[in-house]
Amino acid sequence: MPLLEARDVHGGYGGMNILNGVNMTIEANEIGVIVGPNGAGKSTMLKAIFGLLTVNQGEILLRGEPIHNLPPNKLVQKGMGFIPQEKNVFPSLTVKENLEMGAFLKPNNVKRMLDKVYGFFPPLHEKRHQPAGELSGGQRQMVAMGRALMAEPDVLLLDEPTAGLSPLYMNEIFERVKEINAAGVGILMVEQNAKQALAIADKGFVLAAGQNRFTDTGAALLADPEVAKSFLGG
Amino acid sequence: MSNPTPTPTETTSQSRFPVREVVLFGALLVAVLGVYMAMGTAYSTRMLVEASCYAILALGLTIQWGYAGQFNAGVMGFVAIGGFSAMFFSVPINDDFWGSELPGELGRVLLYIVAAIVLVVGATRLDRLGVPKTLRTVFAVILAVVLYLVVISMLREVTSEIQSRAGFVGGLGLPAWTGWIVGGALAGGIGYYIGRICLGLRSDYLAIATLGIAEIIKAFLKNSDWLTRGTATVSPLPWPTPGPAELGFTLSRAIYLSVTAVMIAVIFFLLHRAYHAPWGRMIRAIRDNEVSAAAMGKDINKRRLEIFVLGCILMGVGGGALATFNSLFDPQGYLPLNHTFLVLVMVILGGPGNNLGTIFGAVAVYIIWLMSEPLALFLMNLAVMFGEGAFGWEPPANLSSRALQARVLVIGLLITLVLRFAPKGLLPEKVKHHG
Amino acid sequence: MNELVFFINNVVIAGSVTGSIYAIGAIGVTLVFSIMRFAHFAHADMMTFGAFMVLLLTMAFPGAGAVVGLPTAVVMLPLAMALTALLAVGIDKAFYKPLRAHGVKPIVLVIASLGVTMILQGLIRLFAGTSAQSLYIAERKEIYRLDLPFELATRPVIITEPQVILFILTIASVVGLHLFLNRSRLGKAMRAMSDNPDLARASGINTNTIVAVTWVIAGGLAAIAGTLLSLDVTFKPDLSFFLLLPIFAAAIVGGVGHPYGAIAGGFVVGFAETLAVFNWAVLLRPIAHYFPEWFELPRNLAFVGTEYKIVVPFFILVAILVWRPTGIFKGKVI
Repeated sequence: MPLLEARDVHGGYGGMNILNGVNMTIEANEIGVIVGPNGAGKSTMLKAIFGLLTVNQGEILLRGEPIHNLPPNKLVQKGMGFIPQEKNVFPSLTVKENLEMGAFLKPNNVKRMLDKVYGFFPPLHEKRHQPAGELSGGQRQMVAMGRALMAEPDVLLLDEPTAGLSPLYMNEIFERVKEINAAGVGILMVEQNAKQALAIADKGFVLAAGQNRFTDTGAALLADPEVAKSFLGG
Repeated sequence: MSNPTPTPTETTSQSRFPVREVVLFGALLVAVLGVYMAMGTAYSTRMLVEASCYAILALGLTIQWGYAGQFNAGVMGFVAIGGFSAMFFSVPINDDFWGSELPGELGRVLLYIVAAIVLVVGATRLDRLGVPKTLRTVFAVILAVVLYLVVISMLREVTSEIQSRAGFVGGLGLPAWTGWIVGGALAGGIGYYIGRICLGLRSDYLAIATLGIAEIIKAFLKNSDWLTRGTATVSPLPWPTPGPAELGFTLSRAIYLSVTAVMIAVIFFLLHRAYHAPWGRMIRAIRDNEVSAAAMGKDINKRRLEIFVLGCILMGVGGGALATFNSLFDPQGYLPLNHTFLVLVMVILGGPGNNLGTIFGAVAVYIIWLMSEPLALFLMNLAVMFGEGAFGWEPPANLSSRALQARVLVIGLLITLVLRFAPKGLLPEKVKHHG
Repeated sequence: MNELVFFINNVVIAGSVTGSIYAIGAIGVTLVFSIMRFAHFAHADMMTFGAFMVLLLTMAFPGAGAVVGLPTAVVMLPLAMALTALLAVGIDKAFYKPLRAHGVKPIVLVIASLGVTMILQGLIRLFAGTSAQSLYIAERKEIYRLDLPFELATRPVIITEPQVILFILTIASVVGLHLFLNRSRLGKAMRAMSDNPDLARASGINTNTIVAVTWVIAGGLAAIAGTLLSLDVTFKPDLSFFLLLPIFAAAIVGGVGHPYGAIAGGFVVGFAETLAVFNWAVLLRPIAHYFPEWFELPRNLAFVGTEYKIVVPFFILVAILVWRPTGIFKGKVI
């Protein structure tokens, strides 16, 4: 049974559908990457999975159990974590408090998970008493990922984690994503930096106009001349 | 994107027979006739005149809240300013005051006030002469404090002198309508400054500021005995039309009603034109989507200020007409309940942004308002009888004043219920669907 | 020296009393604003409601205070706080929550809260009447007279028992709130939701719980402020419109959404009010003989008369809106 599965998902804001039949599957040990042109519905798909917009048709399954249109706090309970692209930290809370908020539903885990997150992101330990709003963009992204990890999710949804970061931080984030995945967390992320993302992806989904255009392993998509021509900028 | 030209669906919806309007106004007519039959013509005509004055206030609020989404929680203050102006202009000249040297004294103090303001403003410009900015600020503040204390104690002296020797300054002996116009202008002027400060900020701040200014205006009018006789009240105020002494209650009130009705008709016509003109479209565009309106290069704050001031002017004029009709200026009689929240209920129940709905709401709510008092008293007496009979409960003595409190409760319930269940009112604004 | 005592009595103590009450009220307003993003106008009536509950309980058990050695009203305060908190949660469920669920603009909630103001006022006056009543029913207000250890100070510094209790409770509330917001899981979640409600939801924080907790705190604090105000003077059912302006001014001065700012703002507004109505001629009189002959010291040298006290918070509000709308401590939203 796949960890996360989307079957023919249609959905959007209000009455208008942005997604017109999207399919994806992710296994527990996989990194899935969604790429595609602007307005293709990449972030919308993540939000649909995380219950932030209405799914009008099709279904989304977590370990075989239908989860579409469940509210976010239920999904967190079921083992899903979501990292929005913007505004992904609590700026006036300290780094440590940000992380604690991630474990809001599992208060007993806080100590153990804090150590684990500090292990993944050593700079956070150093700055744990600093308000998250004072950190640099890359460090904020670490706080955001750490916060999501605190709930011990089975699957993590990341919305453009490297947007606006310097190349140095970008590589760092991709490395961490790989490490987190290696620790047993399924990953589904949307990325603008398609080549780099597909390089670490087990599965790639190329979306256009709210539908799957290509679905294959990351390596195969990178090698496909048609994908390269239309979506990876040659 | 937004398309200002009317779409076909809109044309058809406008040309359909207005069933809702006819039914509601028909019911209102029946209610008015019912009141005439039950309470007699003199009482009922008075009710209609007051309702028409309230309709002017409600139109003022509907353009602020309905057209532009600005919430004015201080209607009472603007109404009171209008009432004061109507009183000040129409009441006969007080010879005790003008015959003495007091006007000169007062004028002298007013001149000192002007001079003090000029000095302080001058002090704030000292930096242009090379004075360091911090020094200038300190100097200006100290100067302002000292001059303020000097001037205010002079004013206190003169005003208490006026109060003890002449009672109050009296009026100007002019026709009442001059007072209504000036009242509108004064209310608009106050609205201008409030609007300038608050309209660029979150709408909550406007609500707080208007609530505050209303209480301040009331406090000023209530405590400036030399100007308004304060709690002693001023009465009678001359009417611009023949009074009851000449023509009897019903006829004189009917003539007064025709004056207010003409005022409403004129305001209604002008507002209707403005609403459908580019200006009105712009106002609604700003209300519905500030960001895109700003992106279209519209001067949002200027438009907002215009509409806010316009609404305040109407409130001032309506307040003047109301005070003149009651022939009484009683600063203590201005209550948030009667002059802010009642008007608010009229607007949100009738239909914010819909002028016809607002007028309907004003008359309908005013009838309910007047009729609720005897009804509440009746219900409370019933409850007391029941309470005494069943439990031997001893009723509180001041029942009728408590019946009045029941109306506070009812108005509050009405506001919350309408917002929840009929947020667009009984006659909703006909929103154009663009594109 | 007696002038100094006069100053202490009329400015230092009076200002601290008013400031404490405004501060406790403003904390509630600012918390509600930071979680639900609207100016809650019914807050002053929640204060009145709390005081009214104390009045009813005191009437029911007039002797309870003597057992513990405190005024009965203070003994009844925890119960009244619970009732007011319950009322606040109930009001939210009945009136604000359905509107929020409809996704209305915040200003519609403001209007609804004015409707709630009317409902509460109506109910309170229906049952309590409109006249002022003392919360001291079977007891007398204890007054402490502290003589200053100076030769020239013949008059004592006067402070009453409720004022002392007020100071203690203000400090306790502030410390308690500080610990709650910074140490407890729910308090941190509250700050998180005030920072970023969407992310709070995405972290699995149940926002309905946080909203309820906010109302419980706001209601409890409102009951404290209302009761202590009524103990200091008397219980008046129709104070709310006079309390609203200073409380909102305090919240805005401190920076909306900023609890510590609200405390500072409360004292700024409270002291500004007392300083403005203080008759400065009293302090100048001892040095009057240094003034030139022609200068006659006016008897009344107050900035505004007590009847115009409400002007003071208004001008503070206007000044802060003109120069620094985010407040002195940089609130979140303008």
